[in-house]
Amino acid sequence: MMWPVGLRSGSKRWWGWSMALIWGWWCLSGWTLAVELTFELPDNAKECFYEVIEKGTESTLEFQVVTGGQYDVDVVLTDPRQAVLYKQVKKQYDSHTFTADITGEYQACFSNEFSTFSHKLVYIDFQVGDEAPLPGMGDHLTAMTQMETSSQEVHENLNAIIDYQTHHRLRETQGRKSGEYLNERVMIWSIFVTGAILIVGFGQVLVLKSFFSERKPVQLYGYN
Amino acid sequence: MFGTGWNTVRGMPVGFWLLLVWLPAFVSPLYFHIAETERKCFIEEIPDETMVTGNYKVQLYDPRTNGFAPSSPGIGMHVEIRDPDDKIILSKVYSSEGKWTFTSHTPGEHVICLYSNSTKWFSGTQLRVHLDIQVGEHAIDYANVAQKEKLSELQLRVRQLLDQVEQITKEQNYQRYREERFRQTSESTNQRVLWWSLGQTCILVVMGAWQMRHLKSFFEAKKLV
Repeated sequence: MMWPVGLRSGSKRWWGWSMALIWGWWCLSGWTLAVELTFELPDNAKECFYEVIEKGTESTLEFQVVTGGQYDVDVVLTDPRQAVLYKQVKKQYDSHTFTADITGEYQACFSNEFSTFSHKLVYIDFQVGDEAPLPGMGDHLTAMTQMETSSQEVHENLNAIIDYQTHHRLRETQGRKSGEYLNERVMIWSIFVTGAILIVGFGQVLVLKSFFSERKPVQLYGYN
Repeated sequence: MFGTGWNTVRGMPVGFWLLLVWLPAFVSPLYFHIAETERKCFIEEIPDETMVTGNYKVQLYDPRTNGFAPSSPGIGMHVEIRDPDDKIILSKVYSSEGKWTFTSHTPGEHVICLYSNSTKWFSGTQLRVHLDIQVGEHAIDYANVAQKEKLSELQLRVRQLLDQVEQITKEQNYQRYREERFRQTSESTNQRVLWWSLGQTCILVVMGAWQMRHLKSFFEAKKLV
């Protein structure tokens, strides 16, 4: 959105306030967000995600380390006043629900700075507010019928199933990636050890032969 | 966007209502910062035939206001999506605001990379990227579906439940495929450990025998034995 050219600074401020009001109204009208992201956190790196949350909205931050090192990461969640709401050191998985007490930018930072060479794959799920109701379903003035209540319940249960499936997939991914890594390592180390055996074997023979093949005749009985 | 001839703000009819209509097209409040030359990738592990939709908006850091400009039409974002076989599904440059959709044809890890089309060699200014990625049934816009197919509320709800159940089924299938892959990997590790151990033992024994034979013939030649 471009500022209209020729706008005086005073009107700009007023315009800014009206924009904030529109934004606020729109946010409160029930549109919500749940974003799931899986990203790679390199070693000694820190990644932050920001979200503007309205006061009074219940939000959940969930994270899980999928692969890498000891499967742990440092997490810090701060509110707009830079106060720490939630802090964990070297945690593998957690889910934190909080209610925003002021409107503003909330920051969730994930740090892998304690690790020197293992980069991590982290899954996060930042859910702000409740799920938006289906269009047309939200604005009922009368109570819902039996059908509607049942279907709502089925929907919530299916949501739970999808959620469990995601968690299961993440845990299973951990095991699977660990298995693939082990498979690779077995191959690499086997080749390395075989090479070492061959080198040491031939090396021993060569060195031993060199003891007995000097120009000077070997003094077998020693000499003074 | 609102024209350069607009001098007054108090009487705000067209622009105000335009904004009200236009705002819902705005993307998610979740955002992060990247450098101008930095490349940021996200991984989506999804079953096949699943639709993934992404919305993003990029803002450029404005040092004059010490904040981020509300819109920066000059920047473009390069979106690159790779499938589990490392083949590129989508590689396009969008403007500072974009929406992309793709449907997976192989189950597995799809990598979605975003980077700006800046031509600088070292990192310039910071960029604020708003991103929203929705997978499967979350990607479906039910308001649109209801309007297009003229569904009643209950019908829409049933349609939503059907989509969810379909997604659950696909995920279960994918789970079976993943578990089979894991089993194959474990069996391969088992095989490798077995054969390499046997192989190494053989090599050791053969090496030892060869050493003894070679040294014996060497000492015999040297008349030391």
